Amino acid sequence: MSAEFRRQPKPLPKVVTAEGAEPRFRAGDEIRVLQRSPLGHFRTPNYVRGKRGRVEKVIEPSAINNEDEGFGRNAGVKRHYYRIAIPFTELWPNYPGFKNDGLRIEVFETWLERSRT
Amino acid sequence: MSSHARAHVPAPEAGEEMPSYYEIMETSVRELLVEKKIIGAGEIRQMLEVMDTRTPALGAAIVAKAWVDPEFRERLLANGRAACESLGIDFFEGTELIVLENTDKVHNLIVCTLCSCYPRVILGLPPDWYKLKPYRARAVKEPRAVLAEFGTVIPDDVEIHVSDSTAMVRYLVLPQRPKGTEKFSEEQLAALVTRDAMIGVVRANAPETKEMAR
Repeated sequence: MSAEFRRQPKPLPKVVTAEGAEPRFRAGDEIRVLQRSPLGHFRTPNYVRGKRGRVEKVIEPSAINNEDEGFGRNAGVKRHYYRIAIPFTELWPNYPGFKNDGLRIEVFETWLERSRT
Repeated sequence: MSSHARAHVPAPEAGEEMPSYYEIMETSVRELLVEKKIIGAGEIRQMLEVMDTRTPALGAAIVAKAWVDPEFRERLLANGRAACESLGIDFFEGTELIVLENTDKVHNLIVCTLCSCYPRVILGLPPDWYKLKPYRARAVKEPRAVLAEFGTVIPDDVEIHVSDSTAMVRYLVLPQRPKGTEKFSEEQLAALVTRDAMIGVVRANAPETKEMAR
């Protein structure tokens, strides 16, 4: 039910969407996972931090930041998760061959930046 | 070890071993939550009952349905959760579901490197090896070697995609339908789909190998 609702096309004219309602990245965008090391437990594993990849898909619906929520900080603002494709050769310089083998991982918007290739 | 040799090893009595640090922590938190009336003992019992109905047989039925019903397959791949919900399966965890189709060009494998995220609503509890560090670390480092240890050799021209579940999305691998099953019923097909095939560490059973295993 909600899936059909989400797939509605363009918003009506003059509608201003709330902060974080529109995905900041699109499928095909080149991105880099931020290299940050905040204290505590975060859902972006260390091995992908600082690595370059590509947005394969915007994950719907948007969601609250479960990392903030985990620390009891949640103002209710939602943002998107993205399904990110990262080649294993980017993660592990010694990955044996098969340059098309790759990781797929969901990363929250606050962990991504645009990457210029 | 033969089953004969194993039969002479007495099974440990339930409750005989000392609880671990985490078991004690779980018991303490659970008792506190009940004591403070945040959740009721009945709710915990009911949740266990829900979990008992979620087994790989449920996932296998979904896979078999996708094999025989192209319209369902399309919906399942477009939105795994919505397609499963249309079969009456509720997603009590609040997770989304992405269904990953294995093809002649792509083989999918799922892992949770951070903990043990798993599509529990359709497969039940994960196997122990899925929760242990060797699998979690190696699946994203040397997936071809890990797959080979499960007896699954992936040709060089097939891409391996490893999906690491880290937050709100769970994954189900839709294995390739085995050859020689054109005349199989949905139930017969479901019997070929194992839990491990839906994690992606093996392929769906071929009809012959299943008979050999019996």
